[in-house]
Amino acid sequence: MNLTLRIWRQHGPEEKGRMVKYRVEDVSPDMSFLEMLDMLNEELTLAGDEPVAFDHDCREGICGMCSLMINGSAHGPERATTTCQLHMRHFNDGDTIDIEPWRARAFPVVKDLVVDRSSFDRIIQAGGYISAPTGSAPDAHATPVPKADADAAFEAATCIGCGACVAACPNGSGMLFTAAKVTHLGLLPQGQPERDERVLNMIHAHDDAGFGGCTNTGECHEVCPKGIPLASIGRLNRDFLKASRSISR
Amino acid sequence: MNLYTEGDPIADTKAPEGPIETRWDTRRFEAKLVNPANRRKRTVIVVGTGLAGGSAAATLGEAGYHVKSYCYQDSPRRAHSIAAQGGINAAKNYRNDGDSVHRLFYDTVKGGDFRSRESNVHRLAQVSVEIIDQCVAQGVPFAREYGGLLDNRSFGGAQVSRTFYARGQTGQQLLLGAYQALERQVAAGTVEMHARHEMLDLIVVDGKARGIVVRDLVTGEITTDFADAVVLASGGYGNVFFLSTNAKGCNVTATWRAHRKGALFANPCFTQIHPTCIPQSGEHQSKLTLMSESLRNDGRVWVPKEKGDPRPANEIPEDERDYYLERIYPSFGNLVPRDIASRAAKNVCDEGRGVGPGGLGVYLDFADAIARLGQDAVEAKYGNLFEMYERITGEDPNKVPMRIYPAVHYTMGGLWVDYDLQSTIPGLFVVGEANFSDHGANRLGASALMQGLADGYFVLPNTINDYLATGDFTPVTEEHPAAVEARSAVEERINRFLSIDGDRTVDSFHRELGRIMWDYCGMERTDEGLRKAIELIRGLREEFWRRVKVPGSGDDLNQALEKAGRVADFFELAELMCIDALHRTESCGGHFRGESQTPDGEALRDDENFSYVAAWEWGGDQPPVLHKEDLTFEYVHLVQRSYK
Repeated sequence: MNLTLRIWRQHGPEEKGRMVKYRVEDVSPDMSFLEMLDMLNEELTLAGDEPVAFDHDCREGICGMCSLMINGSAHGPERATTTCQLHMRHFNDGDTIDIEPWRARAFPVVKDLVVDRSSFDRIIQAGGYISAPTGSAPDAHATPVPKADADAAFEAATCIGCGACVAACPNGSGMLFTAAKVTHLGLLPQGQPERDERVLNMIHAHDDAGFGGCTNTGECHEVCPKGIPLASIGRLNRDFLKASRSISR
Repeated sequence: MNLYTEGDPIADTKAPEGPIETRWDTRRFEAKLVNPANRRKRTVIVVGTGLAGGSAAATLGEAGYHVKSYCYQDSPRRAHSIAAQGGINAAKNYRNDGDSVHRLFYDTVKGGDFRSRESNVHRLAQVSVEIIDQCVAQGVPFAREYGGLLDNRSFGGAQVSRTFYARGQTGQQLLLGAYQALERQVAAGTVEMHARHEMLDLIVVDGKARGIVVRDLVTGEITTDFADAVVLASGGYGNVFFLSTNAKGCNVTATWRAHRKGALFANPCFTQIHPTCIPQSGEHQSKLTLMSESLRNDGRVWVPKEKGDPRPANEIPEDERDYYLERIYPSFGNLVPRDIASRAAKNVCDEGRGVGPGGLGVYLDFADAIARLGQDAVEAKYGNLFEMYERITGEDPNKVPMRIYPAVHYTMGGLWVDYDLQSTIPGLFVVGEANFSDHGANRLGASALMQGLADGYFVLPNTINDYLATGDFTPVTEEHPAAVEARSAVEERINRFLSIDGDRTVDSFHRELGRIMWDYCGMERTDEGLRKAIELIRGLREEFWRRVKVPGSGDDLNQALEKAGRVADFFELAELMCIDALHRTESCGGHFRGESQTPDGEALRDDENFSYVAAWEWGGDQPPVLHKEDLTFEYVHLVQRSYK
C-alpha cells in the first residue's frame, strides 16, 4: 500500500517544530508501524536527508520506550497495543497518517518524535519502591499473600512507563502511572510500612515535575497498552486522603 | 596466515579449593572487606541497568559505595531483561519433588553440555534461593496459589517444578524490582544515574580499568568518567545476527571495546537459538519475537509428512502429520531442551517440510490441549501469549496452529571472568549475559534471570570488596594520557563514520552481516561454511568502511551514528565467532558442527580435546590468540546428553 505521512520534525528542544509531509510506497501489511518508519528512514538517508528520530527498543511491547501519537491517538488506533506492536494491516492504501510526539509539559521534546520522560523516574525515586536492602529478606514463604491481592498487584505492576496516559490526558496528568505503582505496592503486605509516606511523596514529585491533576476523564485508561485499571486512581486518592489525615494527626 | 595462534593456558580461576559446597563461603570469608566509613570514598562505574547491572548498582549503593550507573535507553527501567517471559529458577524445593541445590547445579552443568566451570555453577545454585526471598521482599508480584504461597512450574524440560514466574512477564517484574531498588539509591544519593549515555571505550591506566569514554546520546558530547573499578553489565551480542529476539539497541560495543583493551573474550561461538519464535514475515523484518517456551508444555509440534504439502493445517489429517519431537524423543517429547528443539525444526524445514512463508516454520498446535483442558483453561494459561501472536501475525492460535521457527535469543559466550567475576583486566568486572560464566554451551530455560540477579545482588557485591580493599587508587583525571588517547580515538572514529558519505545505509550492512552469520554460524556450522563466512565478513567489513552513509552530525541525537558504531564492532566480533566455531571441531550445546555427530544425527561432544573454555585475546593486526581454561569435573560425571 502507499501512504502519506505527516510527521513532526523538530531539530532540538529549543527549536520550533513543524509537520512535514512524506510519501511511502509499497508498504507491506505485515510490517509493524516502526518497520514502516525504518523504511522511510532508509529512503531519507539515501536521499541525503536526516532520518526521523523516534524512540524504540524491544519492539515487543514491553520496554515502554516507543511512543508516538498516531492520528491523534497515543500508540495508534488499536486498543491495548504499543506502537511497536501495531501492524500496517490496520491501515488502508492511500491513508494519510499524522505522527507526532507525546505532548505534555512534563515530557519536553528532545528531537522530532523523541521526548524526555525522566520525570517518571523522579516519581519512582520519591517512593515507588519497598525498602528492602539486598540480603535483608526473610524466606519468601514467611508471609503468604492472598492470591487475589497478588493478582491485582501484578495487574497494576504491568505498567510499562511509556507515558501514553500522560499524552492522552487533557491535563497532561501522570496520575495513572503513579496510581499503578501505589496500587501495586500498597496491595502487598511488604508494602504496608511505607504506604502512607509513599503516596504523599510520589504525588508531590508528580506535581513538582509539571504533570497536571486528574479530572477523571479516563482517556489514560483507554490508550493504556497494558490496560491499567482506572480504578487504581480511586485507590490512590483514597490512600492519599488517608495518609494526609494520619500524617497531619 | 593462520586464523589464530595459541598462547598460554589460563592457570588460575581463583576458585577456592575444598568441597564444592564450602567454596563460596570460603571465598566470602577470605575476601577482604572495605570499612563502611571508607566505602563512600570508593567509586564504581556500572554500565548497563538490566537485571545484573541494575541489581549490582543498587546493592553497591546500599553498601555505601559511590556508584555511577550508565544506560543507553532513556530510563534504566527499559533494559532488555524486561522482555524475559518465562520465569526464574531457584532450588527452593517448595514442591517437595526432589529438588535441591545439588540438583540445580547438576542440571545446569549437564544442560550446559559440560562446558561451564563447576565452582561457579554451584554457587549460582546456592544463591538462587536468596534471590527469590529478595525479590518477594521488594514486592515482586510472583504468581501465587490460593493458599497465598508461591506457585512454581516446570520449565524447559526440567523434571522438577523450580521455576517462579509472574504470568508471561517475569523479566519485567524482576527488572522493575531492581529498577526500584536502584531509584531508591538514586534518591539516597549513592547512585548517579546517566541515562541516554553510551560507553564507547574503556580507560585502562597502569594495567587497571579506571574509567570509560561515553557519548551523551542527546547532545553528542564525548566525555570521560573515572572510578576505582568498572563493572560491565551490558548484555549479550545476539544482534550480530541482525534478526534476534534482542532489543534493537542491544550491542556488543562495551564488551568488545574492553576486549580490544585486553579482556579475553570466551566461547564467542556459543549462541542460543530459541525454538519458539514467530517466523519472519518478509524482508522488512526488524526483529523477531519470542513466544514463551512454556507453550511447549501443552502445545504439540508438528509438520506435514509430505514435502511441500500445500494444504492448510486443519485440512491435514492426523495420520499425515509428523509430531517429530514426540517421535524422535519419546521420553521428553515436546519438552526437549532448546538446542535440540531448534535443530530438529531446522532439519524438518531443510527436508522441505516447513510451513508458512518460505517454508521456514513448524506448527505448534493447541487443538489437543483445548480438547483436553477446555478453552477457558488454555486461555487462562496462555491468553496473553495468544494475543501477542495474533497481534503480530493476524492469526488466532485458538483456531489455527501457531507457526514457530527458531531465532537467536541468548549468547552464552562473553568476556572471560574468574570466580570473582573479574576479567583479565584488573578492576574490570563483568556480570550477567555479558560474561561467559555459568551456562556453558547451552543455557537452560529460566536460568538467565537467575544468573543476572545472582551476579548483581549477591556475587559481585561480595567479591568486588576484595579488589576495592587493596590497591592503589591514585585519582585519574581527563588529562591522563590514557584518557586523552581513548577519548580522541573515539572522536576520530565518529568523525570517520560521518565523513565516509557512501551510498549504503548502516542497516543494509547489518542485515547482510546477519544473514552471513545465520547461514554459516547459526544452527549448524561446518568447516567449509565457516571459512567462507570469514571471507565474506572481511569483504563486507572493508566495504562498510568505504561505502557506509551516516547522515547528520555528531553534535546531537543521531541514531544512525549510534548504529554505525555498534555494527562496526559486530563486524569484528562476527569474525572471532566464526574462528571460535571453526577451531571447536566438536558439537556441544548450541554449537553444532556438521562434522561431529552420532550415527543418528545427535551432537557428538569431544571431551578428550575440547573440555576447555576458549578465551580469546585480541590480536590487533595479528590473528587472535587462544588461551585455554581446562575444565575439570569433580562432581558431575561427563555423560552424553540424551533426551530420547
